Amino acid sequence: MKNCMKMEIPALSENGPFARDTVAAFCVRLNPSLDELSDVKTAVSEAVTNCIVHAYADGEGIIRIECSAEDDTLHICVSDSGRGIADVARALEPFFTTLEDEERSGMGFTIMQTFMTTFRVESTLGGGTSVTMTKRFAGSGRSTHASECGKVADAQ
Amino acid sequence: MNVVGKVSKNTLYIFLDGELDEYNATHARSEADKLIDGHLACDRVILDLSGVRFMDSTGIGFLVGRYKRLKKYATPVFIQSPNLAADKILSMSGIYSLIPKL
Repeated sequence: MKNCMKMEIPALSENGPFARDTVAAFCVRLNPSLDELSDVKTAVSEAVTNCIVHAYADGEGIIRIECSAEDDTLHICVSDSGRGIADVARALEPFFTTLEDEERSGMGFTIMQTFMTTFRVESTLGGGTSVTMTKRFAGSGRSTHASECGKVADAQ
Repeated sequence: MNVVGKVSKNTLYIFLDGELDEYNATHARSEADKLIDGHLACDRVILDLSGVRFMDSTGIGFLVGRYKRLKKYATPVFIQSPNLAADKILSMSGIYSLIPKL
């Protein structure tokens, strides 16, 4: 049976660390390297921050995070029911931000695209946004010998 | 997140300790700017990231914000000791062309 996890959290910035750490804990059994685990945490943090800062900028809302583990691959979907993105292609451009005055880097989607194996964003104005990502762990399924360096399972 | 300042040889060191994300950025900005504004006579500022355990693009925004603030005072700013994960994000964002790494 495929392992999976679903969580729903209010769009509060204090939930960012909880969300990324929970996803990281879920994927530890796929035997990621520390570098790969860091990539996943960063990508999840970017997706969740987008929900808080952009999707629900005008008020409260719920962020849904769904994960599943399949062979050597982690599947993640972060979705909201917020205001949506007017121009997805533009939003994906590096350094593009709609919040120039708030010290936003405009690098969130670029980081998700770069750090994850696959990345897709779907959005409807007024209907919400969903970001679907996968991360394939190069060393997954290999031996977890105590001598193998840099593996999370061994580091703990 | 803890933000601590220390002056040595006319350099203001700002030590950031914790997770530089959306949750902590407002506090980090406010504390760092207090230190900057209180030490305008310093010749340069070094942002020490050795205590930053996690950073995402919010951290890039934070660093660019401090760069812009210090540029107004013509004070050069540098980044010191990011961990490997932070260095990866900083490198891909091109921020080292604005704020060189020591």
